[in-house]
Amino acid sequence: MTKTAATRDGYGEALLELASNPKVVVLEADLGKSTKSLHFRKAHPERTVSCGIGEQNMLLVGAGLAASGYIPFASTFAIFTERAFEQMRNGVARPNLAVHVCGSHGGTHTGTDGSSAQSIEDLAIYRTLPNVIVMHPSDVVSTKELTLQLANSGSPSYMRTARNKTPVLYEGREDDIKIGKGIVLKEGHDVAIVACGVMVSEALKASEALATEGIQASVVDMHTLKPLDGGLLDQLVASCGAIVTAEDHSVIGGLGGAVAEHLTANIFAPLERVGVQDRFGESGQSDEMLEVMQISAPYIAEAAKRAIARKEK
Amino acid sequence: MTSADELRELARRCRVHIVNMVHRAQAGHPGGSLSEIDLLVALYKTTLRVRPDEPKWDDRDRFVLSKGHASPGMYAILAEMGFISVEDLSSYRVLGGVCQGHVDMKWCPGVDFSAGSLGMGLSFGMGSAIAGRLEGSERQIYVMLGDGEIQEGSVWEAAMAAAHHELGNLNVILDRNRIQNDDFCEAQMRMFDIPAKWRAFGWNVKEIDGHNMEEIIEGMQFLTSTNDGPSILIANTVKGHGVSFMADNPAFHGAAPNDEQYALAMKELGEVGA
Ligand SMILES: Cc1ncc(C[n+]2csc(CCOP(=O)(O)OP(=O)(O)O)c2C)c(N)n1
Ligand SMILES: [Mg+2]
Repeated sequence: MTKTAATRDGYGEALLELASNPKVVVLEADLGKSTKSLHFRKAHPERTVSCGIGEQNMLLVGAGLAASGYIPFASTFAIFTERAFEQMRNGVARPNLAVHVCGSHGGTHTGTDGSSAQSIEDLAIYRTLPNVIVMHPSDVVSTKELTLQLANSGSPSYMRTARNKTPVLYEGREDDIKIGKGIVLKEGHDVAIVACGVMVSEALKASEALATEGIQASVVDMHTLKPLDGGLLDQLVASCGAIVTAEDHSVIGGLGGAVAEHLTANIFAPLERVGVQDRFGESGQSDEMLEVMQISAPYIAEAAKRAIARKEK
Repeated sequence: MTSADELRELARRCRVHIVNMVHRAQAGHPGGSLSEIDLLVALYKTTLRVRPDEPKWDDRDRFVLSKGHASPGMYAILAEMGFISVEDLSSYRVLGGVCQGHVDMKWCPGVDFSAGSLGMGLSFGMGSAIAGRLEGSERQIYVMLGDGEIQEGSVWEAAMAAAHHELGNLNVILDRNRIQNDDFCEAQMRMFDIPAKWRAFGWNVKEIDGHNMEEIIEGMQFLTSTNDGPSILIANTVKGHGVSFMADNPAFHGAAPNDEQYALAMKELGEVGA
């Protein structure tokens, strides 16, 4: 059995570890039990600021703390960070204050709460903001490691975590994980599948299915959407000649959007984007939602074949 | 007019539906559903002008469940009213079901507002109230807010604006159950004198015991009779009311009972052998 864990737990563990830095403060908006900042709160109530159910206030309290030399980590559900988007834009990104926002329960994967809770646009909107690091790690180990690195990044950030458990991919491989560096999990030469978050393990499954048909796919965990690892993408185009992106997010503006922007500006390769097709979700279990949205492993494999078919002969 | 005793029995049945729904789904929000249900039952049975066989009737009163996570409570009364069937309740949180995790006007007949994100319903209610006024309609708008929910700044933007516009057709019922998601409100965000806050914002205010049916009926009359400006009924409730181990317990804001707890809850709700 593959070991599984929820990425949000990686966030919670990282905060606890970061507590040794007295400048680290944690901000909550009545969802600390869910985003997992609660462990920090229990251990360090004096450095935890409850903002009640008030996300807009929370973001700017963070800005004030950051401007005063603190390192604030603020979390709520991914969807509710969006309410404070303009605060993030004008109050955090514009003055380049290192407020670290974690949006948990991201994507349709979050499940039966339904469409109101399923953020499918968070990565896109934060990616439009100058100065902001945007990440969506795939497993608990990388989430922890990337959160630890954020504390020293000096930049504002948005990181999406997931509610439900996904396979643990990086146990003992902490050194491979760096903000802004995609991770090659598998090397092939026919097509490259570039995925983020909960879709990385789906991409690995797709590559196994493709292998049985004689198609060798590279699989990349692109946990950082911004700054995007353009060098790695160029290499993938050179070695594979076709790209598939896979994300539990709208095909507009997220990982697929970021990769499309890079390819059009730099180097040509056919690109197929697997993601939510410009629609809202509904209540369903995580695995059901991946089917409803047509983003599970078989859809990635199909997209890979389409991308390969589009290569110039 | 339905008697207080009949309302109490209806509320009991609704509580059974609520516990059934969250137990079946093994997810969802029993606490805020059980605290609001006496209020919803009285509202629908004594006050709200709606037509279950014509849910989109133009001139209906509007009910906005702004604390949309407490959907099991609303689905229960919608089923008892005949907007949906009791069988539909099994679709709570199930793929394709009319009973989505949070109440959704695109999915469920009788739902006037797609909720799930706190702090939005009062503004929506204000728009509905202005529409009613523009059309010269007598229809009333009722918005149910949670006490944690009113920590959202947007609630106070709407509160200020509704009083400014003297929206006598806009009514709020506040489910003052003293618990929010992570903990008691007192621990998360103290709100000090809530009635005084609303008064200072220009609202008519009445406080009641939200589980005393006679007081609730009086409260509904207060809402319908105060038309010089917006009115709020602050209902002091107990989160999880009606099920001993859920009552006043933050752990049952968003958690389902296990089988053993479920059996106990059914017994307490008078459904032995159900
Ligand atoms: C904008 C927003 N922030 C956070 C949440 C997550 N959330 C769902 S319910 C809840 C607590 C609500 O407490 P309250 O309003 O008191 O509701 P009740 O006690 O009646 O269940 C929270 C924080 C949300 N739904 N919307
Ligand atoms: Mg409450």
